[in-house]
Amino acid sequence: MIVSEQQIEHEILDAIAQNRVMLFMKGTPDMPRCGFSAQTVACLRDAGAEFGAMDILPDPRIRQTLSAHSGWPTIPQLFIDGQLVGGCDIVTELHESGQLRELVKAAA
Amino acid sequence: MAEIREIEELLRTALPGSEVTVQDMAGGDHLYAHVRSPQFAGMPLLEQHRLVNSAVAHLLGPGLPIHALKIKTEVAQ
Repeated sequence: MIVSEQQIEHEILDAIAQNRVMLFMKGTPDMPRCGFSAQTVACLRDAGAEFGAMDILPDPRIRQTLSAHSGWPTIPQLFIDGQLVGGCDIVTELHESGQLRELVKAAA
Repeated sequence: MAEIREIEELLRTALPGSEVTVQDMAGGDHLYAHVRSPQFAGMPLLEQHRLVNSAVAHLLGPGLPIHALKIKTEVAQ
């Protein structure tokens, strides 16, 4: 299937809009393809988060479009309520301080 | 392969007055940057990390010298 860049952008923005907690990652939550993505999923699950996830690996344009939108260079990227929260290091810090649990449950 | 000293210098230039340590975590392209800067005071974590990322943005990404950059920021008093 041929997908245009506009369709990719639409899917990314739609995923962010439709999922209060949205993770862009390498692989899937049950089968992460990168240690940083795996660690981020583990933090979210431990914080009791329900989250949407999109695998960026199937098409390099997903990552390019996402990073252009977020201004964030690396994967994973976590969005909550439409806002970029950060990557693996920030999510891990927020989890260790207990703030992640509050963020994922606040403002449903 | 990224040059550790060069990256430390880029970060010190971007964040004057900061204490910067960059370490190789694996294979020379997975790096760890520890940055302690007075400029981080009152700044959200996301923005602190953005400053660090943007200082090395031209070296960071698929096919570039830095594949992954683990960041730890601290406010210098």
